[in-house]
Amino acid sequence: MTKKWNVEVKVNGRVKRAEVEPRLLLVHLLRDEFNLTGTHIGCDTSQCGACTVMMDGKAVKSCTVLAVQADGAEIQTVEGLGTVDQLHPIQAGFWEKHGLQCGFCTPGIMMAVNGLLQDNLNPSEAEIRDALDGVICRCTGYQFIVKAVQQAAETIRNSQQQSQVVPAEGGSV
Amino acid sequence: MTKVVGKPLKRKEDPKLITGNGQFTDDIKLTGMLYMAVKRSQHAHARIKRISVDAALKLPGVVAVYTGKDVQDKIKPIRSIWLVPGCDLIAKDRVPLAVDKVNYTGEAVAVVIAESRYLASDALDLIDVVYEELPAVVHQEAAIEGSAPVIYNDVPGNVAFTWKAGEVPEEVFANAEVVVKQRFYEQRVAANPMETRGAVAQYNPGSGELTLWCTSQNPHIHRLQYSEALGISETKLRIIAPDVGGGFGAKIAVYTEEALAAFAAMDLKQPVKWIEDRQEHFLATSHARDQVITTELAGTKDGKILAIRTRNVASLGAYLSTMGAGVPTIDFGLMVTGAYTIPYAQAETIGVYTNTTPTDAYRGAGKPEASYQIERIVSLFAEKIGMDPVEVRRKNLVQKGSFPYTNPMGCNYDSGDYQKVLEQALEAAGYAGLRKEQEEARKNGRLLGIGISTYVELCGLGPSAVAGAIGFGGGLYENCTVRVHPSGKVTVLTGASPHGQGEGTTFAQVVAEKFGIPIEDVELFHGDTHMISMGWGTYGSRTTPVAGGALAIAADRVIEKAIKIAAHELEVSPEELKFEDGAFMVKGDPDKKRTFKEIAWSANNAWNLPAGVEPALEGQCFFDPPDFVYPFGAHICVVEVDPDTGVVDLKKYVSVDDVGRILNPLIVEGQVHGGLAQGIGQALWEQTVYSEKGQLLSGTFMDYAMPKAKFFPMIESSFVESPSPVNPLGAKGVGETGTTAAPSAVVNAVMDALKPYGVVDLEMPLTPEKVWKAIQKGRAVK
Amino acid sequence: MIPVSFDYVRAASIPEAIQLLKNSNGEGKLIAGGHSLVPLMKFRLSNPGTLIDISDVNEMKGVGIVGSRLVVGALTTHAEVAEDTAVLAHLPVLAEAAKQIGDMQVRNKGTVGGNIAHADPSADLPAVALALDAVVHLTGEDGEEKVPIQEFLLGPFITSLPETSVVTAISFAVPPAGTQSTYLKYFHPASGYAVVGVCAVGGKTAEGLVNHVRIGITGAGDCAFRTEQAEKFLFGKPATLENIKQAASLAAADGDMGEDLFASSEYRAHLCKVYTERALRKVLG
Repeated sequence: MTKKWNVEVKVNGRVKRAEVEPRLLLVHLLRDEFNLTGTHIGCDTSQCGACTVMMDGKAVKSCTVLAVQADGAEIQTVEGLGTVDQLHPIQAGFWEKHGLQCGFCTPGIMMAVNGLLQDNLNPSEAEIRDALDGVICRCTGYQFIVKAVQQAAETIRNSQQQSQVVPAEGGSV
Repeated sequence: MTKVVGKPLKRKEDPKLITGNGQFTDDIKLTGMLYMAVKRSQHAHARIKRISVDAALKLPGVVAVYTGKDVQDKIKPIRSIWLVPGCDLIAKDRVPLAVDKVNYTGEAVAVVIAESRYLASDALDLIDVVYEELPAVVHQEAAIEGSAPVIYNDVPGNVAFTWKAGEVPEEVFANAEVVVKQRFYEQRVAANPMETRGAVAQYNPGSGELTLWCTSQNPHIHRLQYSEALGISETKLRIIAPDVGGGFGAKIAVYTEEALAAFAAMDLKQPVKWIEDRQEHFLATSHARDQVITTELAGTKDGKILAIRTRNVASLGAYLSTMGAGVPTIDFGLMVTGAYTIPYAQAETIGVYTNTTPTDAYRGAGKPEASYQIERIVSLFAEKIGMDPVEVRRKNLVQKGSFPYTNPMGCNYDSGDYQKVLEQALEAAGYAGLRKEQEEARKNGRLLGIGISTYVELCGLGPSAVAGAIGFGGGLYENCTVRVHPSGKVTVLTGASPHGQGEGTTFAQVVAEKFGIPIEDVELFHGDTHMISMGWGTYGSRTTPVAGGALAIAADRVIEKAIKIAAHELEVSPEELKFEDGAFMVKGDPDKKRTFKEIAWSANNAWNLPAGVEPALEGQCFFDPPDFVYPFGAHICVVEVDPDTGVVDLKKYVSVDDVGRILNPLIVEGQVHGGLAQGIGQALWEQTVYSEKGQLLSGTFMDYAMPKAKFFPMIESSFVESPSPVNPLGAKGVGETGTTAAPSAVVNAVMDALKPYGVVDLEMPLTPEKVWKAIQKGRAVK
Repeated sequence: MIPVSFDYVRAASIPEAIQLLKNSNGEGKLIAGGHSLVPLMKFRLSNPGTLIDISDVNEMKGVGIVGSRLVVGALTTHAEVAEDTAVLAHLPVLAEAAKQIGDMQVRNKGTVGGNIAHADPSADLPAVALALDAVVHLTGEDGEEKVPIQEFLLGPFITSLPETSVVTAISFAVPPAGTQSTYLKYFHPASGYAVVGVCAVGGKTAEGLVNHVRIGITGAGDCAFRTEQAEKFLFGKPATLENIKQAASLAAADGDMGEDLFASSEYRAHLCKVYTERALRKVLG
């Protein structure tokens, strides 16, 4: 019998603990142990990205990470992105631009987009399409996903500009 | 009240999906739930000599193991629902678990029920199956040769049926000025929704009620089939399709694993979950297309098409799937003449059993195949007579003013102006300029190609009498209930089962506009056989034309009743009232009125109803459409082929579609994009491949090329709206336009690019190597 | 897709990792990012008895310049390599290649050491490693060892790595000043791996004679290879298009072309030629 491990992860800002088999995949820890079922599984080979979450600030595929590897890590899932009342600009962009249909791949795609936008708030269309290389959507043909990402980037840019402008009293915009 | 129908409103469905609050089948967790895993055959064709399950049963945490012998008297085989008549069909039904023989790689031979999915996986490795391998037959053309191994003794030559429709008099071809003949292979592909199949079954031993949550596009069809297979009354079997992560036809079919999970839940009196993994999905969920189509066209030198004759050898796989026989016959054969006025047509389809995963519907189901062969052969015809492919199309398209147009197979194309759509597409693409650009490019050795597809498809399935006549084991009407609550808020219930198509929004738009209420006040409910009257599900672009038809009529029935109540309260006759902007007003005295909300309350409290009017406010309609609908479109694709590598670069894609009246342009455009990605995917990348021995070689996303974002340019879509006369909303359906149009548009473009090398046809997908080899061959000939 | 059960242990240092490997009696496997290993374990194609997690071994992280070589710690992720200032300044081609590995999520987790040690014949880094005379730094029971990449990569998923040794770093030769380099990849449409990936480094004299040329090719065969015949042909010759074309036509000569569902050996050999020509034109043009 293999020894179980106690893991502690901070998920969406809350510390959670579980005793796990070493072979437990992070995605199963999130879904089955922590009941965070927004993160999905679409393939077995690390291609589809439906399981993408942020781990220590980086977008990763949680079906290819063992729960024990995530011990001590900070994880953000779609449930931690924004709420219905206060949507994250990425969520708002997907909604407004019709970036989803069945919605199964969407949480993972939004987390991948989150990974893109934290490094590049002004992505070109080509950069957006490249950043989506680790996800598969079968419904949308990606057209409106690209538009959703563009819109989200713009919203975040604008809000950052505003927040920069506010303290600079008397300064020019 | 502002109009909401036709507006690009964002979807009501989305807030839960973008916040991770969707509830898909795998998200359901019940107390005491067990997990099922399926042991599958690694051979394509083999006798089962022995199955040993003892070691698996001994593994701690394993609760049960069932083999074919254990369940053969408990679960009946799953019947195909579409027994096409007049073709001597021999239907081979799927058994829940193979007993003596396996007929395709991945066929289920045993299931394990364990306390966790991890343990269930472990137990599979402990089941030992001894097989005696038999020679397998994989490709349908080989399967009908006399020397081929026979899968079933009572199916000689592996031929399940030979179906024929229409007739072309021999002299039409004999006397034709031009005859073009070409063999096309519609390769086998997989629908691959991002959510695989799955089921959660819960049994109440006290009430005898079984609830089965499953990934279904048509829960009532699943109930029909599973109640028969499991011997449970429909009153005790509740099928729920929760959020479903795409289907594209793959979740129409009725499979065996869901029935096995249900059986295990009843047998063990504990809930059982089964979730397919992607590798399993590739093996166990229906494949599609896989038709070898030989088409002959007879025409005149000046570009008039006289006749189309097709022979389709279709692989059914190892069993006759739910709609397996209908797809390559009715769905394909009735549309072989496409959007053209062609006097004669003849279609023959030979359905063949092979040692492969059964084939069934996939987005378009038969229509993409029909469209592909006609759009390719028309372009080849143009090439042969030296005419621009656009010109040939202009000459032969069904003319404006001749609708409804009845094609030689008896289909009544409903409405449109096909020329206008084509001209709009040519304009949008800048066709004349493109041809000039191409000429210049060719001078510099660049391979630029322009492809056109003017497709039409048969959608909105469909009139039930026709369904009966073509052997479909059910009706094809659809049901909607419009339930007005005391507050004036509305729940719509439908037997259609959307899973991404956005009817939660578009149906709300229709009701909101009809009742003059905010769209927020309307919610769509679907996917639960206990709560919803009989319906037939979402596929064949039928939800908006057929269920939407039921919706419009049911809503009108509500208004009709509400007017009676309002008239009674206002002490006028119903004829003296008009209903506008959510208010019932006395004509000529608009201040005398009742709001919709007020009447909702009156109807539901029933304090003061007119004589003969029942309490409550609810309308229901079972809408059986008088005919099918026929979306039409013109698509133009521009590609550039790299002569050094054969890589096809998709430079431009223009689509102009007439999908009838548009309820929500944002959602409609999304449907077009999605279909196009799959259609382009089939043309360029996707294919399901077996080895000669029947091993599936494209069994993961590492091998099966799902289209990715970086494969596409921005698609330029626009629309023309010609309302269909066959349903109250005037809708034609939009879901399948892309898969129907794109393969031929793309292949026509690549063939056009390769024209300098004399390439006539290549089989899809047009992988770089295939294209490169064709260029090499062309160079050698030159 | 669930891995077989295994024991899991963590190593805080290189000696501890070596000791744990020793203790596992050949059943142990190191795991860092896990992006090569975990997928195989899910398919139960790799079933290690013990996984030794080395992701906390800090001495195996980061990038530095040592003499004329750039040393990349084995635990450095592809994403880190792609953004690393030393890499961008001294070996931009390594960043160019790192950016093309897998996808964003894979690059965030996958490590340079894991990629090299896994020896996937379609991985990108081996081509770069060969063109940049890379050396694999190992530490084992008998101390440190430096193995040239060509002696390290032996075949598909086969390396000369001793069972109880750890890949600690990979060092790459910074090419002479004035040379140019590039990595061009023809990606598999499904897997994203290289069907053919060509890394070329080239330089020429003021007179236009080729005085430096290294070409590494991955994906085409069972094992990444150096195109010695093409390099030999080109060295000392004028960097003309004609010579580049002739050299490129020798590109496949030093490798055994593989074959799969997507591309035949004939086509792969052809791609070696086309991509080598394109890469050489870029670096010598």
